Formats: sequence, structure tokens, C-alpha cells
Amino acid sequence: MATVQVNGQDVTIGDGERLNCIQAAAKAGVEIPHYCWHKDLSVVASCRMCLVEMGDKKPDGTIAMQPKLVPGCQTPVKDGSVIITNSDKVKGAEAGTLEFLLLNHPLDCPVCDQAGECYLQDYSYKYGRAYSRMQEPKLQKADKDHIGDQITLFTDRCVMCTRCVRFTKEISGTSELQVVSRGNHAEIDVFPGEPCNNKLAGNVVDICPVGALCSKDFLYEQRVWWLKGANSVCPGCSTGCSIRIDQNKDVVYRLKPRENPQAQGSFMCDDGRFGWKYIQDEKRLRMPVVRTSGTPVEQAWDRVLPAVKAAIEESIKRDAGRFAAVLSPWMTVEEAFLLAKFVKSLSPDARLVMGPVAVVGEDDLYPKGLHGEAPAKPKFTIRAEKCPNRLGVELVLKHFEGEVISFADAMADVGLGRIESLFAVGGDPAGWVTPEQAAQLAGLRLFVVQDILASAASEKATFVLPGSAWAERDGTFINHNGLAQGIAKAVRGPGESRADSRILFDLAGRKGLVHIPTLRKEIGAEIPALAALAVGQLGETGVSITTSSVAVNGTGAGKPVGAAG
Amino acid sequence: MAEFEPVLLARINKPDSTSLASYQADGGYEALRKALGMSPVEVTNTIKDSGLRGRGGAGFPTGLKWTFLPKDHPGPIYLAINADESEPGTFNNRVLMEKDPHQIIEGIAISCYAIKSNTSYLYLRYEYGQSYRALKKAVEECYAAGILGKNIFGSGFDLDIVLHRGAAAYICGEETGLIESLEGKRAWPRIKPPFPAIEGLFRKPTIVNNIETMACVTQIMKRGIEWFKSIGVPPDPANPRDAGSYGPKLYCLSGHVNKPGVYELPMGITARELIEKYGGGVPNGRQVKAVVPGGISMGFLTAAELDTKLDFAGPGKVGCLGLGTAAVVVIDDATSMVDVLFNCARFFAHESCGQCTPCREGTDWMRKILQRMRNGKGTLADLDLLMEVSGSIGTIPGTTICGLADGAAWPVKNAVKKFRSEFEEYIKSGKKSVDPGAHLVGAH
Repeated sequence: MATVQVNGQDVTIGDGERLNCIQAAAKAGVEIPHYCWHKDLSVVASCRMCLVEMGDKKPDGTIAMQPKLVPGCQTPVKDGSVIITNSDKVKGAEAGTLEFLLLNHPLDCPVCDQAGECYLQDYSYKYGRAYSRMQEPKLQKADKDHIGDQITLFTDRCVMCTRCVRFTKEISGTSELQVVSRGNHAEIDVFPGEPCNNKLAGNVVDICPVGALCSKDFLYEQRVWWLKGANSVCPGCSTGCSIRIDQNKDVVYRLKPRENPQAQGSFMCDDGRFGWKYIQDEKRLRMPVVRTSGTPVEQAWDRVLPAVKAAIEESIKRDAGRFAAVLSPWMTVEEAFLLAKFVKSLSPDARLVMGPVAVVGEDDLYPKGLHGEAPAKPKFTIRAEKCPNRLGVELVLKHFEGEVISFADAMADVGLGRIESLFAVGGDPAGWVTPEQAAQLAGLRLFVVQDILASAASEKATFVLPGSAWAERDGTFINHNGLAQGIAKAVRGPGESRADSRILFDLAGRKGLVHIPTLRKEIGAEIPALAALAVGQLGETGVSITTSSVAVNGTGAGKPVGAAG
Repeated sequence: MAEFEPVLLARINKPDSTSLASYQADGGYEALRKALGMSPVEVTNTIKDSGLRGRGGAGFPTGLKWTFLPKDHPGPIYLAINADESEPGTFNNRVLMEKDPHQIIEGIAISCYAIKSNTSYLYLRYEYGQSYRALKKAVEECYAAGILGKNIFGSGFDLDIVLHRGAAAYICGEETGLIESLEGKRAWPRIKPPFPAIEGLFRKPTIVNNIETMACVTQIMKRGIEWFKSIGVPPDPANPRDAGSYGPKLYCLSGHVNKPGVYELPMGITARELIEKYGGGVPNGRQVKAVVPGGISMGFLTAAELDTKLDFAGPGKVGCLGLGTAAVVVIDDATSMVDVLFNCARFFAHESCGQCTPCREGTDWMRKILQRMRNGKGTLADLDLLMEVSGSIGTIPGTTICGLADGAAWPVKNAVKKFRSEFEEYIKSGKKSVDPGAHLVGAH
């Protein structure tokens, strides 16, 4: 244990913690302003915003301070380190650096996307001076819209922290962004004809501390102070990046990664960042539909749900072994549990099937090597498994069904007439059923589809139940590594669509309101492999189901949970 | 003082001074042969005991620098030679490289042997075409004669020298900027620690030394410690941190002086003696107004400070940054200090690498203020602002990574402080400076 003194206040640093002044001060609740330093990037100590006074406490209790200011980012702390951030010397340096940064920075905050979440604004208010003493005109640099398909550069707003350059060098490994020119003519740029279009490019907008790099998708869409955030998880692949959904008036405007060392780290990929637009698609299912005699009829929930329930009960009563429910890997753990428990409560012979698990290509590992090769020690992975909760749904299936029946096997049984009635949950925006499969399913005695987008299946189903996209639901996703994270509803779904958990809750005839923490407790108590969910609240960074003392499907405690099979 | 006999420049006026045959006829490469007969530690100790301080500008003791290398390192260890001579007013390295390249190569070989390096990169200022050709020819001659390459003089010591033409920027002469540039990157100086002796070129232990330092190494091995210490200024006993200024020094004299050129003189000659005795005084019967003691980043001496000794300690005693490269630029009394300072500020604004905020923005801000002053729109408050800006940039307040900003700040600090009345008069008079060549300069 080491003790570091920050502005006269002692703070304890754990063994093995290698912290710089910025991190140590943060532990003491003291903010050291900084631009170029980012915990996931190399240290360059060039913005000179984090200058502090640094010293050592001698064994006799006296403090010897270094005569010069030191960059807090570059200076590690050790036992006895003394950091001073509130002296006149430090405040003078901060005000000085900010004055320098603002000399040539356009004061176009009223039209800048970053305004409201800009470190130049924030630090200027906190540490800077109110006016510039430079009388000469500011430098004007041409904006660079060509810098990437998803990103644009307002060159004159740049503070040359080079975070973006280091990101493409150290995290994506693609090195598109460079510094060109010298002195205060230095600019960020790409090589001609080589725009920054790697799959992690959107992150440079997030790590840009000012409004220089902006997202073309979000540009001029909203003022950020209008946005309200909800913590969620990206459903794009089984990495399960922690994200924040920013919305205003039930319209999602952007996704931002949330730092979570247990999930993905600090970043997210562009597939996820920009891949959510389907939730606003006009093909979203908005009303429950009943298709009794071939013609679809929209019907209210309070009429359609009892009809669906009666139809399921009737099918199971006739031949439980020929009824199957398809659980999608896009469902939350709670939804899978509600559906599985409901079906098995009608008859233990009714079957539960795993919906199609989309696997596209191979895992995409970053940083890329010089020739695009995968790294030995990946810092970021876009996984081939393109769904958020395969693992969570499988654990539910194993508990209730004992095995994981694949969708392909179920379709074979449909062909052989061994399945006559099907309740299928979709959710995959890329589609989960082919037109041929849909035609085959249309011939069933009962075919219920709960989905978010119109598809070949919803065109044929006896009942269509409009569910909700992930941004419209509460629940739990478990990522590839057994990390259970909560997703929170950010927006309301379109039309009469309902959260899947509520549909299934009502279908199961449960009383009251859907309360996710209560459901988690019920699941944790009932399914040993998911005992970790019994905590109810998963917090901001989630709970690992593998660190609980309960073995997961024969896997020893603490080990990562592998794929099914 | 008796007339000093040049040593470093002894051969430059000989016919065919650049050839190996001529160099060997004057006893060339005997110092290397002698060094190879000693152990590397003995060679290092010889240089250390000679009191040789680096000639590149900072004056760091060369032998001491060598001892910072990690002990028993498996290698490779590199010696990078800084020949990116770009401090305005400096041309001593150029004379050595163009006229006596073998003296340099011998020094490099001795130094590499001492630090157990088998590869030396010579980073040469791109504009020095003649230096490049002379060095290239000399290196080729040495390879052919077995002085470079494998098993030099049968000693078992191998050495390769790689000539690398620089990227034509002032910052490439900064120790770690040079290393970055050698690695093929932007010459953005590195943060320290780690210092290059621990982790330098290609992340291996690296020593960076100056060309003139290499010439001194050759002469110290040839003539001995006693000879070297018999020249120059011993340490000030009152200052325990003063390492003394031994040996001969190449002074580059330029500006308003009758006989500009490179003069080899003992360390510690005064500016007055250099200008009047060797430089032949100021032309047109004018008087000295100011003198740059060692490249413009070192600041200015006033006419009253001409008796300052030009050794490592002297310029600092009168408020200059240091001896620097010993490039003495004389400014006569017909020259406006406002114009001089603007020219300095323009240089540093142009050469700031752009990495650290205070230097990137501060150097150009100072240039803009001086530009406005020259346009007749300066105010007295600008002088205080110049002092404030120059006081807040550089490694001395701790606000930048490398010393470029200190070099940019010092002429401003010195000029505004020592010539304040001239600046005030200039501002009050509202006069403008005519810059007949302004349209020719790639101005910002």
C-alpha cells in the first residue's frame, strides 16, 4: 500500500496499481485537467494541460518539492509522492495553457456539435481566463470532410492532442490519421485517397476532447444538452460493448461507448455505433395481427393475447411433443426465462428451441498489423457471433430443456411433421428466417411470431406480436465471456409494440408489473448457472456469472463459459 | 596570450585535406589504433578525465554521458552523430565535415569502441551537400582500407557508419527529435525519461554526440588529457557544479564584422577579443550594439557585456541561456533590435515542431506581436506581454518537452530586458520597419 498526498489530502494506492498523477488525484476527488492523455493510449505529454507541482515526503515528514512543474500524465506516483494542483503556480500554468489553446481556436461554440461536452469549454470556464489577449486574426484552416465516411474534421478547432492519431496507430492499428505540417500550422490529415474508414473509426470522435472530429451521422442533429442517456449494451455482437443510448423525445440520436474493462474497454465498433437505425425503420411491426382466414387483421393486445394463449394451450393439450417455442439469442435472459417457464408449465413435453445464431465471418481483432494481420494480443474484438445473448438464452434452455436444440434441427422436425405448432421469437434485424423456411412454417397448425420487423415469417404467421428493439427494453444480456449486463429502456417503441418481457409476462398470466430486478432474483434462485443474477441490480459494469461459486454446466467456477456443445 | 595554434582546424587548408592518404600522412588513425590497444573503459575514462563537454550546445560532459549506458547490455548500442547543424549562425561542423572528414570518422570510431557500439548513424543536415559528399568519400575510403567494417586493425572490433541525410527541420537537431527522425518518423522530441542512453534509437541504448565533439575525441586520444586540460578555463572553485570549459573551441563569427568565419580559439576568449582581435571589428566605423553569444537561442550580450568570457559558464552570468554552439553574431548600432528580435521570433515560430501547446502557440504569438510592432501598431503593454509569454514557455518553467521553446524565449527575454528603452522608443515613435525582402520569404 502506498500513500500519496494530493493537495494535503492523503489517498491510498493499492499494491500493484501503477498510477500517474491524474489517476492518483482522481482517487482523491481532484480533477487534473488534461487533453492528450487517455488511459488506453500511449503517453505523449504534449498538451501541457496537466502540469502540477510534484514532490516527495521524506521519512522525517518534511516535503521536498521539485522546482519545475511536471506533466501529471507522465509522472508516476509512488509512496510518499506529494501532488499540488491548487497552487498559484499550477493555476497560472493552467490558465496559460488554455490561453495558448484558445489563441487560434474559433469561438464557434454556438454551431459546434461538441458544445456542452467539450473539454476546451469546460476547462476554460474552470481554469481559464475570460478574454484573449491576442489582437491578431486567428489562423484559419480548411475543414476536411474527406477524412472519413463517418467522420469529418473541423481543422481549426483541433488542439493537436494527437489522441486520434495514436488511436489509429495503437488501437485500430490502421494508422490512417497523421499530423502534417509544423508549428501552429500542424494539422491532422489522412494520406491522399486513404480515408479513415476502419471499423473503429467512430471512436476518434469520442476521444477528440474538442469539436474537431465530428460524426457525420450525428452532425447538427441535436444539441447535446437536450439528450438524455440510458445505459445499455450494444446487441451487435457477443462482445457486448457497454454503451449509452442518447435520445431526445423518444428518438435515438447516437450511441456512445461506456468504459467497462470487463466488457470491451473504452471503445466500440462502427458496426454497433451506426448499426441501430433499424429501430426507426418503417418496417417496424406496430400492431398485433391475427391471420385466421388468410387475411391479416390488426387487433388490440387485450384481445390478441388471450387468443394466442388459448391457441398455445390448445396445441399443447393436443400434442405437447409437437409444440415448440423458438427462443431468440436477441432475447434478454428474463424474456427467455418467462417464455421457457411458461411453456414448460403447460407441459414438460413441450419443446424449447434455440433460434438461429448468426455467425458472420471470423472474429475481427484489433490492432491490425502492418498488412492487416490479426494481433497476438487483441485490444478490441468485433465478434463473428452477431447477437447479444446467445449464452444467456442457452443457459435458460439447458435448465428447462436439458439440451440446446438448434433451429436447423427444429426445421427438420417441421419438415417431418414432428412439430405442428410453433411460437417463434425473432429480434434479429438482419432476419432470422428464409422465405422457404417461412413458407414451410406457414403450413403449421399454429404459427406465432413475436418480432420487431416485418419479415417473410410475419407475412405468414397466424399471430404477429410486435415486440421491442433492445433500446426499448429492460433486461439482461450475457456476453461471450459470461458477463451479465443490464440494458435499460431508452425510448418507447413505435405504435402498439410492447416490450417482449411484458408480452411474455402477460402471456404467462403473471400478475402485476414487470420488474426486472425481481425477475433476476427469481432466475438466480431457480437456475444454478445464473445464480449470480440473484443480486437483482447488476450495476453499471455488470456481474460475471462465472465468478459465482456455482459451476456453469460442468465448467469450473471462475472459468469463462465457452460456446454451447 | 600567445597566438593559439589551431588543432581541430589544423588541416583544413592543406591541399587534398579530405583524402585518407593526406590524413594518414599527418598521423591520422593512429589515435584510433591507440584506442583499440586500450580497453573500452580506459578510453571512456580518458574522455571523462579530459573534462570534454559536448560541443552541440548543452555542454554536457561527454565521458559522463557515455557512462549512462546500461552495464553489460547485450546490444546493439548505437552512436548517433548529430550533424544537423541548424542553429542560426552556426557553421563549425560544416567546416570540419567538408574539410577534414577523417578527423570526424576517427573520433566516431574511438567513441564507438568506448561505448561498445558497432553501428553509428551520422544524421546530416540535408542542406549540407558538400559535407555529405566529403563524408561519403571518406567513409568509402575507410571501408576500402579496413578502417571501417569488420575487425578494424585486427582488433576484433567491427564498426559500420551509416550516413543519413536529415529531414531539413531545426527540430531534427534536438537529441530525441533526431532519433525519431532517424527512425523515419516525425521529429517530435520524446518525453524523458527514458533518456536515450537507456532507450534511444530503435529502443536501444543510444548516445548522441556532436561533430565537433568527435573531433575533440580524436585530438584527446592523440594528444592526451594534459594537452586538452592545458587549454581553456578550469572549474570555478566557488561553484561546485561548474565542470570547467577545457579545450579548443570553434567559434563561428558572423554578422556585422569585418572578418567573419570559423575561429579555433581556447575556450574562454571574450566576445570583445573575438570580434576586435580576430574579427577585425565592426565595418563602416560602426559600434557593436548587441552580440549573440552562441546561436540566437542563447539571447544577446549588450555592448557593455562584451568582456563576457565565451566559455560554458560565461554567457549565463549575464543572463544569456548559455554558450550554445558558440555562434557569435555581431549586431551593429545601425540595426533595430525590434527587427532583430522579429527575425528570431519568426525563425522559432517557423521551426516549432507543434507538439507542445505552449511552444506551438507561444512562438507564433510572439512573432505576431513583433510583426504588429514593426507595423507601427505596438503598445507598451506588448513588452510586458512578450515577457510574460516568453517566461511561460520552455523546459525551464517546465511547460514543454524539449528546449526549443527555451531557445525561442531567450532572445525575447534578453532583448526586451536589455534593450527595453529602444523598444519603448520604437513603439512611441510609431515608426514602421521596412522589410525589403518580406515578399520573398515564405511568411506565415
